[in-house]
Amino acid sequence: MSILVTPQTKVLVQGITGSFGARHTLLSLAYGSQIVAGVTPGKGGQLFENKVPIFDTVAQAVKATGATASAIFVPPPFAADAILEAVDAGLELVVCITEGIPINDMVKVKRAMEGKPARLIGPNCPGIVTPGPGKDSTGGCRIGIAPGYIHKQGNIGVVSRSGTLTYEAVWQLTCRGVGQSTCVGIGGDPVNGTSHLDVIKLFNDDPQTHGVIMIGEIGGSAEEEAAAWIKTNCRKPVAGFIAGATAPPGRRMGHAGAIVSGGKGTATAKIAAFEDAGIGVAATPSVMAETLLKMM
Amino acid sequence: MNLHEYQAKQLLAQYGVTVPAGEVCDTPEAARQIAEKLFGSGANLVAVKSQIQAGGRGKGTFKSGFQGGVKLCKTAPEVFASAKAMLNNVLVTRQTGPEGRLVRKLLVAAAPSIKKEFYLALLLDRVSSRPLVMASTEGGMDIEEVAAKQPEKIIMEAIDPAVGLMAYQGRKLAAALGLNGDLINAAAKLFAGVYKTWWECDASMVEINPLCLVESRDSRRGLVAVDAKISLDDNALYRHPDIQQMRDLGEEAPLEIEASKHGLNYIKLDGNIACLVNGAGLAMATMDIIQHCGGSPANFLDVGGGASQEQVAAAFKIILSDPNVKGILVNIFGGIMDCNTIATGIVVAVKETHLRLPLVVRLEGNNVLAGKKTLADSGLTIITGDSMADAAQKVVKAVN
Repeated sequence: MSILVTPQTKVLVQGITGSFGARHTLLSLAYGSQIVAGVTPGKGGQLFENKVPIFDTVAQAVKATGATASAIFVPPPFAADAILEAVDAGLELVVCITEGIPINDMVKVKRAMEGKPARLIGPNCPGIVTPGPGKDSTGGCRIGIAPGYIHKQGNIGVVSRSGTLTYEAVWQLTCRGVGQSTCVGIGGDPVNGTSHLDVIKLFNDDPQTHGVIMIGEIGGSAEEEAAAWIKTNCRKPVAGFIAGATAPPGRRMGHAGAIVSGGKGTATAKIAAFEDAGIGVAATPSVMAETLLKMM
Repeated sequence: MNLHEYQAKQLLAQYGVTVPAGEVCDTPEAARQIAEKLFGSGANLVAVKSQIQAGGRGKGTFKSGFQGGVKLCKTAPEVFASAKAMLNNVLVTRQTGPEGRLVRKLLVAAAPSIKKEFYLALLLDRVSSRPLVMASTEGGMDIEEVAAKQPEKIIMEAIDPAVGLMAYQGRKLAAALGLNGDLINAAAKLFAGVYKTWWECDASMVEINPLCLVESRDSRRGLVAVDAKISLDDNALYRHPDIQQMRDLGEEAPLEIEASKHGLNYIKLDGNIACLVNGAGLAMATMDIIQHCGGSPANFLDVGGGASQEQVAAAFKIILSDPNVKGILVNIFGGIMDCNTIATGIVVAVKETHLRLPLVVRLEGNNVLAGKKTLADSGLTIITGDSMADAAQKVVKAVN
């Protein structure tokens, strides 16, 4: 088991013919993921790389291929529409990689998704990887832009807002011979589909996950909410790191959501919440894996 | 992107929010003429307000020694004198830092007779992913202080984005602020205008502090936005060409403007160890680990997921333009990005800039061996770090 996706998950790619989408679709195919369809309005009937059928709409792609998950690579002005098209087509999982979507578009998307069964991961995220059993973890499910080869199949869950910090944690684990169940990048925007807490609950219920690395950063209060739940409910060891202790207040640190405003969302408050919840706090990003492994 | 007060008021006025009569100007003579018009049409007092994008203007001090970035004047000559003292002088407030900001423009506006001051803001509530109205009877004060000391004085109303701010919610807020009579509907109309400004302009925050209950000479009561602040969502600027025109590059750090031209995300800090990193999270974490090892980061710099050689070279030039920099830490986790591309970019940049400062490079990931070989074969003095911690310790040691 794993969370959200398994090596068998059938994935379609919205924006498969754009340069970004095409490049990462090729990497996912090479990783052995089940990329069964692409969607580019107006290019229905064509084939991507002579093997993946392209459809005009997500609904057509789902009907023809049985895809249950989507990876979205469309440009920011069209991303909200793409997400809701995927939700409307009945997909279980929608992973939006696109960075730079207007925040009000996401406010509308979240409102429109209320009561719908689909789960959105992202936007502005690296995606999801459930490592496979092959060489360099091939044969797994890779949705998004994470480098597949750094992973290893195993029992640690990783959840983070940041892409490169996720890779850092994964690589630290893999270099110590420790594999991962699933790695989830939830994205750096202030309005996103899935929170740290949502992912932690999934890891808590997943028998294959034995411990979790949770990486957070300044801005908002999602890390504190996850920590409060972990304190009383989580049955597995959790180690974490919070980025941005040195960030000046009022400045957006790259990610749209990474900002300390009005004294809220500081690294100090988040680290205190982690400590209070019994989460192992990595003093530096170099010791994320080490901190968790000491707890296990 | 942030707007000046006069720009924020222009937008609010377009959405039906009452703001004091006034105009913006950049010479003392123009200020005097605006003041004459305002006094001529019945104003008793005229405010001269420095237009800089930082709070605490009223209590600020000019480097010339002149006190106050906002002045209330009774005559047009007084307005002229205040304008002369403020324009093209540097104003230091609690939010500008000791370097202050140059005042290039003034807003000259009628100062109404204020009966009561309120606080009003529209912002995004990240927990519910919905817009939120925040209001308080404690207007004119620092709202963070009110939130900390008297949280019961802050009124909040969440907005369902599917329907927007409803009139009843405006009346509910007005009543909670203690307004009555015809002010209930006037307030509801104003709140609707503020919400519309927030939503239609893609603002991340609209703040009116103070929102004032004013009384005209014929005893008519009304609500006026006496000060206003708007921040916009940069992701949505592409659909607001008119608002893009309002960007004031004079309010932004020159190095940050230069970086944005190259698609780099750079923020200058006060330390002396520059860093160049791929990914926002890793860039923040790199600053943190420098501090953890006893150093002080000079900047945040994210070169992005697919940096080219040219971008790496541009990034080097930008971080070296900061005279405080005494050493450089490059931290790259090349997931998909080829480490050798970065290494080649570093070598070119070091040669082009004739770098003499200590440079520590930590490369990890895709094609890392070729990248390390490129660095080693370059004949340059580049210190390599095996891990983030190792690299951070080495750069801190090299600088001290």
